[in-house]
Amino acid sequence: MSQNLKMQVKDFYFYYAGTKEPALKNINMPVYENQVTALIGPSGCGKTTLLRSFNRMHDLYHGNKYKGEILLDGENILSENTDLIELRSKVGMVFQKPTPFPMSIFDNIAYGLRLRGIKNKSELQDRVEKALKQAALWEEVKDRLNEPASGMSGGQQQRLVIARALAVEPEVLLFDEPTSALDPISTAKIEELVVSLRDTVTIIIVTHNMQQAARVSDYTAFMYLGELIEFDKTDIIFTSPKKKLTEDYVSGRFG
Amino acid sequence: MIYNPNIVKRRKIRGFIALLLSTLAAGLGLFWLGFILFDVLRHGLTAINLDFFLEDPAPPGVPGGGLRNAFVGQLLITLFATIIGVPIGLLAGTFIAEYARGTKFAKVISILSDIMVSVPSIVVGTFIYAIMVMPVGHFNGWAGAAALAFIMIPVVLRTTEDMLSLVPWTLREAAFALGASYFKVIKDIVYRAAITGILTGIILSIARVAGETAPLLFTSFNNSFFTLNMNEPMSSLTVTIFVYAMGPYEDWHEKAWAAAFVITFFILIVTILSRSIIYWKYKSKS
Amino acid sequence: MRKFLKLPFADLIFALISFSAAFTVLTLIFSTIYVLYDESSLAIHKFGILNFLFNVDWDPVNEIFGAASSLYGTFVTTVFSLMIAIPVSIGIAIFLSEISPHLMKTPVGIAIEMLAAIPSIIYGMWGLFTLAPIMANYIEPTLQSIFGDIPIIGKLFEGTPMGIDLFTASIILSIMITPFIASISRDSFNLTPNIVKESAYALGATHWEVIRDIVIPYAKLGVYGGIVLALGRALGETMAVAFVLGNNHQITPSLFEAAATITVTLANEFTEADTDIYLSSLFYLALILFVLSFVILAAAKFFLLKAEKGYSR
Repeated sequence: MSQNLKMQVKDFYFYYAGTKEPALKNINMPVYENQVTALIGPSGCGKTTLLRSFNRMHDLYHGNKYKGEILLDGENILSENTDLIELRSKVGMVFQKPTPFPMSIFDNIAYGLRLRGIKNKSELQDRVEKALKQAALWEEVKDRLNEPASGMSGGQQQRLVIARALAVEPEVLLFDEPTSALDPISTAKIEELVVSLRDTVTIIIVTHNMQQAARVSDYTAFMYLGELIEFDKTDIIFTSPKKKLTEDYVSGRFG
Repeated sequence: MIYNPNIVKRRKIRGFIALLLSTLAAGLGLFWLGFILFDVLRHGLTAINLDFFLEDPAPPGVPGGGLRNAFVGQLLITLFATIIGVPIGLLAGTFIAEYARGTKFAKVISILSDIMVSVPSIVVGTFIYAIMVMPVGHFNGWAGAAALAFIMIPVVLRTTEDMLSLVPWTLREAAFALGASYFKVIKDIVYRAAITGILTGIILSIARVAGETAPLLFTSFNNSFFTLNMNEPMSSLTVTIFVYAMGPYEDWHEKAWAAAFVITFFILIVTILSRSIIYWKYKSKS
Repeated sequence: MRKFLKLPFADLIFALISFSAAFTVLTLIFSTIYVLYDESSLAIHKFGILNFLFNVDWDPVNEIFGAASSLYGTFVTTVFSLMIAIPVSIGIAIFLSEISPHLMKTPVGIAIEMLAAIPSIIYGMWGLFTLAPIMANYIEPTLQSIFGDIPIIGKLFEGTPMGIDLFTASIILSIMITPFIASISRDSFNLTPNIVKESAYALGATHWEVIRDIVIPYAKLGVYGGIVLALGRALGETMAVAFVLGNNHQITPSLFEAAATITVTLANEFTEADTDIYLSSLFYLALILFVLSFVILAAAKFFLLKAEKGYSR
């Protein structure tokens, strides 16, 4: 039971620009190191809103407001002094649809590295290879690294995106419904990948697919209408949840 | 994580400079606009008085007089250009947006129209000169109107095509289901739905040709006297500006500025109004 | 009458009429080419094609004509104006699409489009009475003193700065074509999917890096289309340039010299041509210009269509 606390959400509220009612209310939640934490709940419950607060994606759009604290290794990332580039070097993100950049496979993975000033060709090659191996994509693309990434299949592209995020060695990786646009086989591959990455990074995954949460996660947070209803080990949430609302959701009575 | 604070600092500075330059570029654009409009205003307002609109030109070198003939000429030429150009453009745009929708013919006409919109207007002038001035032996107002119509047709065609394409197909389907012929559907349903856009497109095309000079240089040419006869050379505001501005008399220069002011004012108001109407009506995409 | 309209026959008539209207587009283009060719045939027969294109002479007295001097002016003003306009326009597009606060986007956007709506003759007049004196008295002498003594580059700035020259004409032209490149580029930039931009931000990219590495490459084809379109417009511009170029049929390396473009030559000399061969040569110039613009505008359209296809992937 000695889990390290990687991140902690404390009395967190979130307001979208121009709204009086908070989209997220009074969230208190731990995120344990090297564990997979799933955020589940019906559409509109705020799970993606919460996820995007972990790397302050909301800052891209004018007027959004955070209240409360989110601690990463003990420091509040919502403070005005937080360097967003530093934050996003520690916390990476994979999106709902595969988003390869308009460049070659190699350049995609190397993008984050080049931004950080790594220019040495052999170092880049080593790091790219390592990231692709971590994403279980190396064997499939090692002979066509210079081809445009747009030529890959959807499942491959999503693994490319994961490799791209891994290349800059983040400590936390956020997944926003990563398999919702993929076929079942690619979905299974990505789920395998998520579980295998647990030893390298701390993972938070949003999914609207309950079974997926049950398959890949160690801890699950159930959210409803902007509030955190229940947080516990995945087994408990799915077999003996403490709240009636949670039980109704996981047994499919609504969703 | 991989994080080098020095490199990050350098990136932020580089970004700041780049964004600053972009903002300055926008400022430069606004500066030119302001500078030009201010100059036109400054020089133009001083020479405008009632005589300017009501009197015909005085003999060269003699101060006074006005540009009544140029105003009337411009109006007549533009009027007839509109009468010729708008129906053709409207019908052509209707054909490719409706009857020929999706066909290769429609695509070709649409692409060619787009090209025609940007073709050098002086070349249009030479073409019309060859077919309407040379056979008759002298410049005439009809040739000027024809040259402007040549330019208007593709402009009206494209806006009509765009506006009609915005009307959802389901609207037409509903009318067909009631047993109406295609012609009726277009006349009663589609045109009515697209009318704001089409009308504004027509108004914009008029504003566009109202400012053209080159196509009139060798078609309607110029006339220092007042005339309503389209068979004769006809003066226009734009050509008059050209002649007067390049001429030697200070009085002519002042009048050229005044004419420039009137044209600019008219075109800008019309353009802003039309674009605002289109923006409000089709809010998501313009 | 109403009964007549009820018949599907009305459909046939309307379709036929509107078809002929659509067909006029083809008619106009082909007749223009034919008529221009016909009128130039005298000059084509006398001077040929290559000879005419490369002949520097433009001598109405001795009836020797060549397109080279006009083409030179056309080429220099177009290229130079693009060199100035492209970076400024892209900057404006970046501002409008990525930097500008939401409320400013519409007014600034309208202001840029107003630049496009101003008739070219106004630009010409303004150029003649306001810009040319400023060029002659302040800017050109300054440039001359800075660059005049440098070998090779100094040649660009030789001669007495009168303000009526290639330099001033190019500046005016660049202001005129800026709104074309700027608005097409801005529209292309706006089409970059948010989710791809967010992916770059999530990797720790700065705002400028996202613009440089994601937005601009994504919009490449649209931007090319805008630039080539502006090129086509610059090629055919008459009135903005006619006032400040001087119509001097010469080829000199200096930007501070008067020159001629095809359009300015036509504007100034068409009504003065007193011999058949003179007029025919002018028609020949018009034909060359028409074909040139047509090809360039078709290329622009090609880029823009390809860009559209790319976005609906």
